[in-house]
Amino acid sequence: MKEYFKNAWSGLFTVFIGMKITFKHLFVPAVTIQYPDERLQLPERERNRLYVNMDDCIGCDQCARACPVDCITIETVKGVPGEDVGKTSNGKRKALWVTKFDIDFAKCCYCQLCVFPCPTECIYMTDVFEFSELKRENLIYDFATLSLQEREEKKINYAKFEAEKAAEKAAVKAAPVNKPVDNQELPKP
Amino acid sequence: MIYDFFFKLTGSNFLADVIQSLLPLFIFILPFALFAVLFERKVSAHMQDRLGPMRVGYHGILQTIADILKLIQKEDIIPTLADKPLFNIAPVLVFAGSYAAFAAIPFSSAFIGSNIDLGVIFIIAASGFVVAGILMAGWSSNNKYSLLGAMRSAAQIISYEIPTVLVVLSIIMITGTTNLLTLSEMQTGHFWNWMIFGGPQMGLAKFIFIPIMIINFVIIYISTLAEVNRTPFDIPEAESELVSGYHTEYSGMKFAMFFLSEYANMFAVSAIVTALFLGGYQSPVGYLGNLFGAHWLIPIEQFFWFTAKGIFFVFVQMWLRWTLPRLRVDQLMALCWKYLIPIAFVNLLIIGLITVL
Ligand code: SF4
Ligand code: SF4
Repeated sequence: MKEYFKNAWSGLFTVFIGMKITFKHLFVPAVTIQYPDERLQLPERERNRLYVNMDDCIGCDQCARACPVDCITIETVKGVPGEDVGKTSNGKRKALWVTKFDIDFAKCCYCQLCVFPCPTECIYMTDVFEFSELKRENLIYDFATLSLQEREEKKINYAKFEAEKAAEKAAVKAAPVNKPVDNQELPKP
Repeated sequence: MIYDFFFKLTGSNFLADVIQSLLPLFIFILPFALFAVLFERKVSAHMQDRLGPMRVGYHGILQTIADILKLIQKEDIIPTLADKPLFNIAPVLVFAGSYAAFAAIPFSSAFIGSNIDLGVIFIIAASGFVVAGILMAGWSSNNKYSLLGAMRSAAQIISYEIPTVLVVLSIIMITGTTNLLTLSEMQTGHFWNWMIFGGPQMGLAKFIFIPIMIINFVIIYISTLAEVNRTPFDIPEAESELVSGYHTEYSGMKFAMFFLSEYANMFAVSAIVTALFLGGYQSPVGYLGNLFGAHWLIPIEQFFWFTAKGIFFVFVQMWLRWTLPRLRVDQLMALCWKYLIPIAFVNLLIIGLITVL
């Protein structure tokens, strides 16, 4: 009998204790934030979407080789002599046109391994993490700054240059006596 | 009375009837449901240290309206193997049951749908009617979860009807009336005349009544909470076990009707508790209308007090919902049959003895 009343009382009493706790929480300021309006400070070394500063990229392909999942595809074309490929920010002259620099973020595992080998520190992590897409193809980002026409042009230019050189070589071969072989006209790296 | 007012206004019995019967729906239940849904979401959010809906309108006040617009546009899906007539009738029946209860609720001395002498009994009977609708919904959905939910709901509502009725009986024994309007009128004056403080009579009996009445109040509050299937007694819905209980298969407006009747029920049981124990529409401190000699103000004030008390108890229901975990079925039955009913019986006996002496 005593047990019974004790049970009844403790049942009721514990409900009141619980209600006291929840009532207190009614006045605790919310711990959540209104996400798209307010954002949390990201950690200092967060790893999100990569960005490539193409002004500095020399097309050395080191990042692509470092990538464990092969999601960076780089194609380069040598600049023909007399053409100004541009300079990096620390004043070095570039030698290669980067005609393709695709990073497939659907494959990227955000390991940051591509960032370290870059000699010009032009590939790095940004704080952008909202880039979902409905189609997987849209996650392939094209970083190359040349327009499509320019890319074709550069390729054709170089092919032409090669062909000219080959023709010249053939000519030299055909008349070996007159002209000695010299490498002057090869593009300087 | 408000009926006479409409009768004079329209000059026809029929029109006055129609207007009066629609009045609680449009001036009370719908706005209340709009308010209560948002209120519940806000209360739950703040109890969990969140903010709740914040996007639609200032702090999300238009959220429910947006939700209703969404519900109206939804496709009305009827499962192929459902028993169609029953499936379609069930939500209407459930809503009718909870709406019928509003007919006898005295909102103020001038506004009571129907001043029937069996007021309390009528409300209990009408809310028992809901069981049929719920069973129908569960059975006709042809879905095991719905059926389980409906069975649980029927078992629960029927068991918890007993302590409710026992407590109501003890009130009837003291006051000698089942008319809610008379009951409310009896508790006039100040808050010490409320039933929870022993009722209007004076003397020794009042002081014996006070603890008994407080216990009775707790019992009826718990059992009405169980009758409207709110947490911790929400085993018929039990979203973690039964998907959503008897309304799993419903969508669109039919779902909205279940939803509306749930909120209407929440207020209806709070209103019964208020009318029986907390003086109904009576103000705890006296009326401004009497103070200024403006007697037309009194019914409006009474309406205010009644809604305020009702909404307070709705708030307590929400508060409990976000405090307590769900009971197991055996615990639910144990609470009812081993605790509430015996205690209510003993109280009934004591009150009977005192009133006889
Ligand atoms: S972060 Fe890792 S996976 Fe992504 S591109 Fe760089 S090396 Fe590849
Ligand atoms: S390692 Fe740096 S410079 Fe080299 S290709 Fe990659 S981004 Fe360009």
